[in-house]
Amino acid sequence: MSTGSNATPDVGANASDAGRKHTAGAYDVRTVIAGLIGLYGLVLTIMGIVDYDDAARAKTGDVNANLWSGIVMIVVAVVFALWLRLRPVVVDPATVRAEAGEGTSDGSDSAHA
Amino acid sequence: MVLAADDTLRLDASAVDYGLVLAYFAVVLLIGFAARRRVSDSLDFFLSGRSLPAWVTGLAFISANLGAVEIIGMSANGAQFGMATFHYFWIGAVPAMLFLGVVMMPFYYGSKVRSVPEFMRRRFGTGAHLVNALSFALAQVLIAGINLYLLATIVNALLGWPLWISLILAAAIVLTYITLGGLSAAIYNEVLQFFVIIAALLPLTLIGLHRVGGVSGLIDKVTASPGGDEQLQSWPGTGLSAIGNPVLSVIGIVFGLGFVLSFGYWTTNFVEVQRAMATKSLSAARSTPVIGSFPKMFIPFIVIVPGMIAAVLVSSIRDAKAAGETVDYNNSILLLIRDVLPNGLLGVAIAGLLAAFMAGMAANISAFNTVFSYDLWQQYVKKDRPDGYYLKVGRLATVGATVVAIFTALIASQYTNLMDYLQTLFGFFNAPLFATFILGMFWKRMTPTAGWTGLVSGTAAAVFVYVLSKTGTIGITGQGASFVAAGAAFVVDIAVSVVVSMVTTPKPVAELAGLVYSETPKEQRTDPDAHLLSWYRSPTKLAGLSLVLVVILNVIFR
Repeated sequence: MSTGSNATPDVGANASDAGRKHTAGAYDVRTVIAGLIGLYGLVLTIMGIVDYDDAARAKTGDVNANLWSGIVMIVVAVVFALWLRLRPVVVDPATVRAEAGEGTSDGSDSAHA
Repeated sequence: MVLAADDTLRLDASAVDYGLVLAYFAVVLLIGFAARRRVSDSLDFFLSGRSLPAWVTGLAFISANLGAVEIIGMSANGAQFGMATFHYFWIGAVPAMLFLGVVMMPFYYGSKVRSVPEFMRRRFGTGAHLVNALSFALAQVLIAGINLYLLATIVNALLGWPLWISLILAAAIVLTYITLGGLSAAIYNEVLQFFVIIAALLPLTLIGLHRVGGVSGLIDKVTASPGGDEQLQSWPGTGLSAIGNPVLSVIGIVFGLGFVLSFGYWTTNFVEVQRAMATKSLSAARSTPVIGSFPKMFIPFIVIVPGMIAAVLVSSIRDAKAAGETVDYNNSILLLIRDVLPNGLLGVAIAGLLAAFMAGMAANISAFNTVFSYDLWQQYVKKDRPDGYYLKVGRLATVGATVVAIFTALIASQYTNLMDYLQTLFGFFNAPLFATFILGMFWKRMTPTAGWTGLVSGTAAAVFVYVLSKTGTIGITGQGASFVAAGAAFVVDIAVSVVVSMVTTPKPVAELAGLVYSETPKEQRTDPDAHLLSWYRSPTKLAGLSLVLVVILNVIFR
C-alpha cells in the first residue's frame, strides 16, 4: 500500500517505514502486563518456597498464599505472552502519524502537552 | 481526628513488599517518560488509540473508576451494611453503563461534544457554562481530597507518621507523578493497574473466606453479628438507605441511586466517555461500556465481600460494631489486608492501592487544571494570550489544587464512611448536571436562561435536603439522604428548567445541530457497517446479554 507521497522516487529513508505495518511489540500493553505480573509471580513463588513461616501460616490459615498466588500469576503472564505472540497488534505508522495529537488520552494532559 | 484512634493500623511491610511497590512505579514512570518523548510509533498507537482492541478500552473504562471510591468506599459499605451495597453495582453502575453504550454513545460519537463544560457553553451559552465550570472545579478539588486522604492513610499505615505529614508526603508523591508524565499514558496505566488490583484483591477475598470458614462460615458469622440476617439480603436495603419504610427505601434506591446518581455519573463523566471514543468505529465505542459492564458486575465480589469478611474477622471492627461504638469503616479493607496477607502479597496489595488512589487523584487534579485554565481563566479572566501563558497558568493551578486538596482531605477525614460523603457530593454536583444535560439534549425548546437557573436551583435543592437531614428535620441520614437529595435536585432542576423555558426565548434551531438529539443528522449517529458484525461484536446484543446476567445476579443475591 503506497500513498501519493511515497511514489516520488527520492524520499529514501522516509519511504522505508511509511506505509509499512509492524507489530506493537514491546509497547503492546500485553507485554507490560505479562512482564509485571510475571515478575510478581516469580517473587511470590520464591517467597512461598523460602519464607513460609509461622507468621504467614497464622495470617492465611495454613494456606501457602504466596506460593499459590505466585503460580497463578506466572500462568496468567504466560497466557498473555502466548496471546501476544499468536495475535500481535499491528500498527500502521502512517495512520498513527496522521492522527498524532488528536484523541490522545482523556484531554487531561492537554495542559502539559 | 479520626486517625488518632487508628494507631493500631500498621502494615508490617518488608523489603520485598517495598521492592514490589517500587517495581510497579518504575514501570509506570518508564511508560510515562517514553510517552512524553514519543519514542515509538507503537506507543503512539497505544496512546492515541483509534484502533485499540475493545478489551483494552473496556478495561481502561472500568479501571478509571476502580479507584478509592470503589475499593475503600464499597468495602466500608460492605462492612457496615452488608449485601445491600450490591445495589451500587447491579442497580446503579451496570444499567447506567448499558444506557451509556446503547443510548448515549451514538450521540456523543456523532456530535462534536467532547466535554461537559463544552456542551454547556455551546448549548446554553456563558451562564450555564460558568456555573458548570465553577461547580466542576470545586467538585474535583473535593474529590481529590478523598483520594489524597486515602493515599495518606496508606502512608500512615506504612510509616506511622501523623496524618498531616502523611498528607503532605502523599501530595508530594502525586505532584511527582503528574510532573513525570504519569498521566500522559493514562489508558495504558489503567489497564496495568486493573490487573495489579485484581492480583491483590482476589487472593485477599479467597484467603479471607478461608479464614472465616468458607461461604457458609461467612453466612453464619454475619447472621450472628449485630447487623444480623438483614445484612445478607440486598432488598429492601433499609440499612443502606436509612429509610425505615421498605417501600420508600426501594424507591429511594431505584430512583435516587439507580437512576439519578448512577445514570448521572456515567453519562456526564467524560473522563470515562473519552475512553470509549478512543476506538475506531461507532460500534466499538458503543461496545466499550458494554464490555466493561461484564467485569464490573463481578467486582463487588472482591470489594464488598472482603468488607463483610473484615466486619466479622477483624477484632477491632467486630468488637466496636458489637459494642455499638462508632466504627471507622474506611479502614476495613486495610485492616483485613494487615490480618490475612503475608509479606509478598502485602506488597502487591499496597502497590495496587497506591496506584489506584494516586491515579485517581492525578486525574482529578488535571481535570481541575484543564477546566481552570481553559474554561475559567481563558474564558472569563484573561483572553487571547499565547498558549504558553495558559500552560503556565495550568502548572500553577496543578500545584494550587494539590495544596487545597490537603485541606479538603481534612474534610474527608471527618467521615467514618466515605461513601456518605462522596454520594453527598455527587448529589450536589452530578444530579442537577445530569438533569440539565439530558433535558437540553432531548428538548430543543430549552432556553439558555433555563440552563443556568436549572443547575443553580437543582444544587440548591440538594443542599437544602442535606441541611434538613443534618439538622434532623427529616429523619433520613447517610447515603439515604444523598439518594433523596439527588432525587430532589433532579426533579427541581427539571421543573425549574421547564418553567423558565416557557417564559424565555430559545436558541435558533440552526445553532443546535450536534447538540440536540433531534437536530443531529441520523448518519452521524449510526454505524454503516454495524450489520456486518458478528453477534459478540454487536453492542446491543452484548448489552442484552449483560442485562440478563445482571438480572440473574440481582435475583440470586436478593
